[in-house]
Amino acid sequence: MNDNSPASGSLTTQKPHLGVREHEGAKQPLTEKVSVKDVCFFYGESKALKNITLPIYERKVTALIGPSGCGKSTLLRIFNRMYDLYPKQRAEGEILFDGGNVLDPKQDLNLLRARIGMVFQKPTPFPMSIYDNIAFGIRLYERLPKSEMDDRVESALKRAALWDEVKGKLGTSGLGLSGGQQQRLCIARTIAVRPEVVLLDEPTSALDPIATAKVEELIYQLKNDYTIVIVTHNMQQAARVADYTAFMYLGELIEFGETRQVFTKPTKSRTEDYITGRFG
Amino acid sequence: MTEHTLRAYDEELHDLSQLVAEMGGLAERQIRASIDALIRRDQDLAASVITADSEVDALERRIEDLAIQLIAKRAPLAGDLREIVAALRISIDLERVGDFAKNIARRFTALGSESDPNQLMRRVEQMANLALVQIRDVLDSYVRRDATEAMTVWKRDEEIDALYTALFRELLTYMMEDPRNITFSTHLLFCAKYIERIGDHATNIAETVNFMIKGELPQGARPRGDLSDAGVV
Repeated sequence: MNDNSPASGSLTTQKPHLGVREHEGAKQPLTEKVSVKDVCFFYGESKALKNITLPIYERKVTALIGPSGCGKSTLLRIFNRMYDLYPKQRAEGEILFDGGNVLDPKQDLNLLRARIGMVFQKPTPFPMSIYDNIAFGIRLYERLPKSEMDDRVESALKRAALWDEVKGKLGTSGLGLSGGQQQRLCIARTIAVRPEVVLLDEPTSALDPIATAKVEELIYQLKNDYTIVIVTHNMQQAARVADYTAFMYLGELIEFGETRQVFTKPTKSRTEDYITGRFG
Repeated sequence: MTEHTLRAYDEELHDLSQLVAEMGGLAERQIRASIDALIRRDQDLAASVITADSEVDALERRIEDLAIQLIAKRAPLAGDLREIVAALRISIDLERVGDFAKNIARRFTALGSESDPNQLMRRVEQMANLALVQIRDVLDSYVRRDATEAMTVWKRDEEIDALYTALFRELLTYMMEDPRNITFSTHLLFCAKYIERIGDHATNIAETVNFMIKGELPQGARPRGDLSDAGVV
């Protein structure tokens, strides 16, 4: 596959133009990159998500917040069909992504997960060199000459704000990095395959405040090129990094709106109770 | 609203609200005393108003300290955030109100024993009574979390403005009649202006109370009856 060629498949195929910040300084009309339509999710007989309808806007950060068990991580895992790995889990409804339905059984999952990348709560570097951690994912989708691969690895590490810290030791194990560096390595690995959407599942919950700040700064930079969905338990983090916030409770979407509105003037009392620490 | 999981947070917010109410009560008493001193020519009362202004200032500092602590410790959001911002804003308005009361007391000293036509003094007292009602009602709306009551205050400021314009006109006439009236009239005009400004701060507080409860400032321009700066006198 060509470096910039769009991924092909049942979904339409526009790729972001890396490095081009079209939205900077100008008010662009919002485009729905992903549209969640009336989605329900079941763990066996148990209904974990109830008729969720939600827009995910292109090149914006959307935060999913809510108490444990509210379904926010479940919703995140539906976006790239992560739940397919587990038996007895199923989703109903539609998740439209550039016109196609993510939940379509014919969906090519490898392709989908290349276009919708995911970073998990705990850093999960592969037990290999820093270089190979990045190159591994790229090799799954593309055959690149060495020099081009070097450029891609460098570019991903730079975009993940990790290059300056690791450029002299690319051959050493990724496991030797600090927790914060490992998480940024995982983000670099995710963006190296040039996804369109990046899903972040509590990406800083295992990190100290400095490492957290670096990841948050990274999210701020990445939204110029990627659509980001983040699950977080940290209310202040949602307030800091997200453009839009969705509050979920007991499998339902209670409120969705601009972050500045949700955190200063929520429209639902359950949202207010949760974000002000008056819950249960 | 239900309580916070962290009880200490509730207590701190309660303390903040109590301090604002206390400061409001003190500012109200200061206005009353300054007007009484003016009307009754009570030198001692005027002096006590000037002294007590430091108590108003001290309360403002306590409210500011507590609000900053709350922001730093609790990272407040939504209604809590608006509550804390409201306390800060209201304390600033009340501090100014306290300053105006002090200024009236000082002006009284400057007025000395010059003549004070009853009719003019009555008008000033009338204005002051209206301003006091405004301050009292808006503080009640704060304590009761009543946005409707706050907006009633907001709309009523026009009356004080209209009285001020009328008094301004009368004092001008009075000064033109006899230049010996100028010193007295000028001081009295300042007092009237301070009272009119107190009314403006009451409307500021009304806007803040509305913001605290509803999360938005009142729509549209405030009704305004002071035409003294428009040359329509």
